[in-house]
Amino acid sequence: MADLTSTFIGIKSPNPFWLASAPPTDKEYNVRRAFDAGWGGVVWKTLGEAGPPVVNVNGPRYGAIYGADRRLLGLNNIELITDRPLEVNLEEMTRVKRDYPDHALIASLMVPMNEDAWREILRRVEDTGCDGVELNFGCPHGMSERGMGSAMGQVPDYVGQVAHWCKKHSDLPVIVKLTPNITDIRLPARAAKEGGADAVSLINTINSITSVDLDLFAPEPTIDGKGAHGGYCGPAVKPIALNMVAEIARDPETAGLPISGIGGVTTWRDAAEFMTLGAGNVQVCTAAMTYGFKVVEEMISGLSQWMDEKGMTSTSEIVGRAVPNTVNWQDLNLNYVTKAVIDQDACIQCGRCYAACEDTSHQAISMSETRVFEVIDAECVACNLCVNVCPVEDCITMEQMAAGSVDPRTGKVVEKEYANWTTHPNNPGSCAAE
Amino acid sequence: MKDNAYTAGIIPGRLSPEDYAENFSDLHPRLDDHEALVAADRCYFCHDAPCITACPTDIDIPLFIRQIATGTPEAAARTILSQNIMGGMCARVCPTETLCEEVCVREVAEGKPVLIGQLQRYATDTLMDAGVHPFTRAASTGKRIAVVGAGPAGLSCAHRLAMHGHDVTLFDARAKPGGLNEYGIASYKTVDDFAQREVEWLLQIGGITLETDKTLGLDVSLESLQSGFDAVFLGIGLGGVNALGLDGDDMDGLHDAVDFIANLRQTSDVATLPIGRDVVVIGGGMTAVDAAVQAKLLGALNVTLVYRRGRDRMNASVFEQDLAASKGVRIITNATPRAVIGNGAVREIEFEYTDDDLAPTGQTFRLAADQVFRAIGQSLTGGSLPALDGRKIAVSSAGRTSISGIWAGGDCAAGGDDLTVTAVAEGRDAAMDIHATLTGAT
Repeated sequence: MADLTSTFIGIKSPNPFWLASAPPTDKEYNVRRAFDAGWGGVVWKTLGEAGPPVVNVNGPRYGAIYGADRRLLGLNNIELITDRPLEVNLEEMTRVKRDYPDHALIASLMVPMNEDAWREILRRVEDTGCDGVELNFGCPHGMSERGMGSAMGQVPDYVGQVAHWCKKHSDLPVIVKLTPNITDIRLPARAAKEGGADAVSLINTINSITSVDLDLFAPEPTIDGKGAHGGYCGPAVKPIALNMVAEIARDPETAGLPISGIGGVTTWRDAAEFMTLGAGNVQVCTAAMTYGFKVVEEMISGLSQWMDEKGMTSTSEIVGRAVPNTVNWQDLNLNYVTKAVIDQDACIQCGRCYAACEDTSHQAISMSETRVFEVIDAECVACNLCVNVCPVEDCITMEQMAAGSVDPRTGKVVEKEYANWTTHPNNPGSCAAE
Repeated sequence: MKDNAYTAGIIPGRLSPEDYAENFSDLHPRLDDHEALVAADRCYFCHDAPCITACPTDIDIPLFIRQIATGTPEAAARTILSQNIMGGMCARVCPTETLCEEVCVREVAEGKPVLIGQLQRYATDTLMDAGVHPFTRAASTGKRIAVVGAGPAGLSCAHRLAMHGHDVTLFDARAKPGGLNEYGIASYKTVDDFAQREVEWLLQIGGITLETDKTLGLDVSLESLQSGFDAVFLGIGLGGVNALGLDGDDMDGLHDAVDFIANLRQTSDVATLPIGRDVVVIGGGMTAVDAAVQAKLLGALNVTLVYRRGRDRMNASVFEQDLAASKGVRIITNATPRAVIGNGAVREIEFEYTDDDLAPTGQTFRLAADQVFRAIGQSLTGGSLPALDGRKIAVSSAGRTSISGIWAGGDCAAGGDDLTVTAVAEGRDAAMDIHATLTGAT
């Protein structure tokens, strides 16, 4: 079985699966149980300044969207940072780290935009023995109205400044947690790096309204007839998170900057995907909130099996493996021609591929009197929609046309050589040699 | 000692009140809201779905299931009822395993179809329990139509005609409307007087005058209907019952299964119904299974269903056969009754094994029988009917008979498959043809 031991910016943990700073990590009881269940690390629920703690709403604080069979696909929350006294959290963190020295324990921090505040909180958390700090520049609700969280994370200069203060006032490794509620994720990542941060983690939650109560005419979760936008997470945000992780991983200015991947990690497969796009480890919240801490067992066994199958012995071998293959559109090979192929033995004749193609795409699937569905190669542009809507896995596949054969749609011979848009004759800016 | 399953003879009260209640409770209780959502989520919303094609009434099944999944079972019910006004009964009695659910792509993929029948019941019950009748009657056309037979075909026809503004007089020979829905279907498939409730709900459309205890040929003549109405629809079913054709067919203890089932449906207390200890049912259709299963549920010790051909030829579906087996009914195939043995009352019945072509094999056996139910088919009764095709009324498209102005549908018409849902479709389609004929509408 593959060794899952992880070292992330010098912080060791038994595996790369950490619990993200969130409701599950708000107190000692939870964190002990999480470690006992197998989680490799925990980012403690975000701490604020000393003094009277924040308060949360007393109505519902989560909203959700569902797939079939009420499978939870997306969760949003309007919960703030920890609403327990700073001293209590620090005492509990100290005890937990003492009892679980081999597990990663990270302090998540959120204080106002002034150096003294950051210096003071760093001084307090260092005494807990924690392995590092994560700067919460991400929360998009509540705290952002007070100039913290994403309100700071959306200003790259602030991100760099705070990272700098933290490195100046503490020897602890510093992870900057980024908000996705920004146009170009690379800018705050660059600022974090320039400020001296050891790593970035992303994504925090996305501004969202999950649904509207159609009787009350109010967003959900609804508090006394009103709703506020929350932070969206869960499987639904994974594609957005994967892209943002990849953007940072392949940006020359931030290439090599360690990344902790967050956003909808639900299975070992999700974790592996984040890591191939450059994440050194992953952080999980919604999967644990949906299924309990036990889900980590599947993540551990699944990643181990996959690594064994790939002949990998260390999680570091996964990191960044897909980054070189993540390119700009213009670099894609226009001479790569595929056609959809339907496995008639696997087909259950639901006809969804036909409806999708006939109504919304290229009229490239025929339907016989006896419900046999076949691809019309002369019309198929290989868009993949039929594959995506087919309910049977591997029933429809995209098969590459051999070089030298003629694409019946275009009448052109499939070229063997790679050629992209930059050299295409239709491109006004084409730089093809005359 | 109290009577029980071992007590000889044909007696009532073999079971405890609790057992009777349990045995005659709903075969498939209505799905609750959660169950319905889980079941609805499994539908793939197929294109030109096979289930629609398999439904004799062409209900848009993917659409109504999607309407359930999105929290609008009332809209789902409208989708169902616009095609099949008796969607509530059909949801209970349709052999879905040989219709929509047989061709469900999830049956193909996983051997587990979407629960179409139960979802249909969920939707129609939701609407009907709310007391909503979702259709309104068009302005009166002044046309008068006689519908004979208030079974599924006649009710369907009458409703569709009334909806289009015609005035319908609906005749039935029995004391209550509903036809086989009321008198011919096993109790556990339609509990809580559903057949009557459905008729009352259906009649809310207005424009239908119900005349019960009116038998065609006795109380009303076809000629008088022809002269008194603008059109006539015959949905008279099959009133006669085939006989065994053996000596002793009239012995005590021999009954027609349809009468047994009708009595069961009309009784207010099944504990008062006498049932034999050793019951033999002869036949292989739904009626035979309904009789056999209910004999068992009434407390008979031994119930044997004997069919002259092989299992694959039985009209009762595999589901029905399995249901019978699960209740303890023994099924014997390839055996034909040869003699009824007894002295005034039946004591035994002798069968001979026959091959698939019904040729005798010479091998015989006897079954102890204090009660025998004949379920070997029903036949059309009544004289001066339109021309027949075989033993049923000949019909062309949309139920037109040999006589202009007379339509027919349901079990009495040739070509159907003796299913409730088919009768509903035929009644509906005849109504549309009558409407088009009388008004010139297309």
